[in-house]
Amino acid sequence: MLKISKSKLNELFDAVSAKQTLYIPADREAGAAEYRKYEKGMELTSELNTVRSAKDFFFPQTENLADFKIEGKTIEVKDVREECEDFVVFGVRACDARSFTILDKVFLCEPVDSFYKNRRDHGTVVTMACTRPSETCFCQTFGIDPTVPEGDAACFDDGENIFFKANNEKGQKFIDSVASLLEEGDTSKLDEVQAKTKAIMEKLPLAKLSTENFGGDKLNEYFSSDKWAELSQACLGCGTCTFVCPTCQCYDIKDFNTGHGIKRFRCWDSCMYSDFTKMAHGNPRLTQLERFRQRFMHKLVYFPANNDGEFGCVGCGRCLSKCPISMNIVKVMKALEVK
Amino acid sequence: MNNDTLIPKIGVVTDIRQDTPDVKTFRVIAPEGGKVFEHMPGQCAMLSIPGVGEAMFSITSSPTNKEFMEFSIKKCGCLTEWLHAMEVGQQITIRGPYGNAFPVEGDLKGKDLLFIAGGIGLAPLRSVINYVRDNRANYGDVQVIYGSRSKDDLVDYKEIIEEWMADPNIRVDLTIDNPQEGWDGHVGFVPNYVKELAPSTSKTVLVCGPPIMIKFTLAGLKELGFTETQVYTTMELRMKCGVGKCGRCNIGNKYVCKDGPVFRFDQLGELPDEY
Amino acid sequence: MQEAMIKRAKELLADGSVDRVIGWKRGEFAYDMTPAVFTSAEELDSEFIFDDFTSANVSKYLVKETAKEGKILAFLKPCDTYSFNQLIKEHRIDRDKVYVIGIPGGPKLDIEKIKAKGITGILSVKNEDYTLKIETLYGEETMPFSEAILDKCASCKSKKHVVYDELIGEDGDVLDSNRFDMVEKLENMTAQERFDFWRDQLSKCIRCNACRNVCPACTCENCVFDNPKSGIDNKAPADSFEENMFHIIRAFHVAGRCTDCGECSRVCPQHIPLHLLNRKFIKDINELYGEYQAGADTTSRAPLNTYTKDDCEPSIVHERGVE
Repeated sequence: MLKISKSKLNELFDAVSAKQTLYIPADREAGAAEYRKYEKGMELTSELNTVRSAKDFFFPQTENLADFKIEGKTIEVKDVREECEDFVVFGVRACDARSFTILDKVFLCEPVDSFYKNRRDHGTVVTMACTRPSETCFCQTFGIDPTVPEGDAACFDDGENIFFKANNEKGQKFIDSVASLLEEGDTSKLDEVQAKTKAIMEKLPLAKLSTENFGGDKLNEYFSSDKWAELSQACLGCGTCTFVCPTCQCYDIKDFNTGHGIKRFRCWDSCMYSDFTKMAHGNPRLTQLERFRQRFMHKLVYFPANNDGEFGCVGCGRCLSKCPISMNIVKVMKALEVK
Repeated sequence: MNNDTLIPKIGVVTDIRQDTPDVKTFRVIAPEGGKVFEHMPGQCAMLSIPGVGEAMFSITSSPTNKEFMEFSIKKCGCLTEWLHAMEVGQQITIRGPYGNAFPVEGDLKGKDLLFIAGGIGLAPLRSVINYVRDNRANYGDVQVIYGSRSKDDLVDYKEIIEEWMADPNIRVDLTIDNPQEGWDGHVGFVPNYVKELAPSTSKTVLVCGPPIMIKFTLAGLKELGFTETQVYTTMELRMKCGVGKCGRCNIGNKYVCKDGPVFRFDQLGELPDEY
Repeated sequence: MQEAMIKRAKELLADGSVDRVIGWKRGEFAYDMTPAVFTSAEELDSEFIFDDFTSANVSKYLVKETAKEGKILAFLKPCDTYSFNQLIKEHRIDRDKVYVIGIPGGPKLDIEKIKAKGITGILSVKNEDYTLKIETLYGEETMPFSEAILDKCASCKSKKHVVYDELIGEDGDVLDSNRFDMVEKLENMTAQERFDFWRDQLSKCIRCNACRNVCPACTCENCVFDNPKSGIDNKAPADSFEENMFHIIRAFHVAGRCTDCGECSRVCPQHIPLHLLNRKFIKDINELYGEYQAGADTTSRAPLNTYTKDDCEPSIVHERGVE
């Protein structure tokens, strides 16, 4: 398998970033990593994952959809789309890589969202296998193997070297582009590392969490569960869980008057917000109970009902770490499960 | 890059009709003339005034009209107030069509049809009624029961009187909530009127109106012996994208903008009660 | 302490003094507690928890809880009692519907500070003589308790309960805290340095509204930022509006009412030190209008709502704003 010594990793970053924009997870401060545009000398984080997910690359928090110019009674619509430049995201974890498959199901089904597709077409995702899963990890619940991540190309860390494997043509192209920096390497130590990681995974506190009893077939049973009141009792109605979530993709469309014209933009929205479903004449989700229920029903019941059983969660654990009141999908699944 | 449904087209308002004190009907064409796009009865479109807002409205004209589309809009919020203040010649943005349609070429074909509307609820049904009138041979008996708060609140009253009531092939029963000078027709709420008229249970029903009216009408129909599989309605929830992606108009796993807005009551009954 | 609290809560439930108890519920891990309402002795026995991680301020929930029938027992830490008092003062809580038991405050621990040390796979956290023994999937780790203290506790302003019906444990004193040190540091920066500091911090904002929603001073039924008619309800342009305005407007809205409970910074998923904005207001109010602590009592007049002949002239305020 092709590899590069970890001490030379920055040479690889330099080579990639000389040709196209490269993003890597880097430390913003101790304990908080984020994807940053690579600049010479930037170090790859030692954190397991970034605070914000990698969905931003394809579904940014805000983006311009169209511009309008209004003169008297006439309106001019300006298509502001431009072909996106090629870019590489390096170091994506298996959970976030799977989230792209889930986002694809939403944005690439007819009618295709051209804004999302544009970025997807031009982005190369290079994943990094996990070696130190955290107590909040439960990707295996959703059939994800963090030691063999998806993505266009995958990387594997044996402590001293990073090994590369292409998962598709795009990934192969990436590896070819840095081939001069890579050499054949022995994977025996990597096999050990992977075996060790797998042993840890079995010991993770959430290793036994199962989706077996969730899915579309018990829709009304879960919807009318009497557990929602207690589960949502302390919910602040903030959007933290939805915004750090790699699969939450609800959005709002709004207009902004710049003084020189109107910009129509799309931005992340949250089903947890009180105005999400509010209309001039009423609101079908009046209290936090209904909003809270919507988020988890969507991930555990509605999404699988519409997508051949695929769940709308990848077990990245971000909501477990970040919810201000520590209420999250794991607690919901455990409380709710109908056997 | 291919067209994106989120990027709207331009529509020109060529006619504005004050239908009731708070409902106006707007006629919209493409800047180069003709319709901006084709649709089927029951489908909707996103109308917007950039900088003010964008919202979903049912297309009230029939697709058999080849010249223009019409929208009957009640003044009830920021955008609709702006729309009501428009003058002829004003451009708006428009995108669509969105959603499913009443199955006019499917299950409704060959059936006796009963339309029940309350207030602005006539808007989506008017598209079907005129479609049926223009393809009259394809359907059985047609009856329209329509009610509003007052005579002045009957949307499209002129068309109802001059065209529908003059059409020997359809029956129209009107009612208003309270007695009013100059009104010698029926007085009373729609659900009660339906029960009084006791239409034949062989009919397929299309109902639209305020939620409370729909609720009592459905109950009345059931008393008369109708089953839920015979009754269609059309739903309205907050929408942003129109294509089932922005995530807010769902009832259970169904998106009203994409899987609806037309639902049969038995289908709706399988979904959680959250609308 | 936890046992004593559960025992007392059970007694008050049993004799009908209260119908419900608000406190904290055990989590999935050693550190993730959720504020919760308990209604039975069984629930209290199995799920009630009070330890080094029960830092959430439950006073804001009492707005909702006291709108309901019956009486609720609330366990309040010293800092929480200030928020509670302030809410009483603003007529947001029905005092008669709450039985307050004052409980000792922190310092509480911040799990993110433990994780920032590279400690992961956390299975348990034990405090042994102010050394944390942390059992993880990768072996045992230790770190000094002092390095894992929540920021809001590290600059604690008071160990005194300003309101209670009874106490468990002893009452403390108002502390001579170092809480304005960082504000002073910011004041001593040049305008450009200060601007850069806040640009950098606020650029991290994802506009999740956690700070606003947790804030006991933010109890508006309909926030201006949620009101489409306000013209500033945008959730979006994260790189312009939020950086420049959202947090500053919010700080203005709670000026003179913020008790400095520190919840805004505690819940921020992006670690923005939002409390510094509020502290700047507190420091300014102290200097311009005389010492004032929001929530310290329910009767004193709020300096920003009260005119006195001794009020500083607007020109003084203006001058201070000039570099």
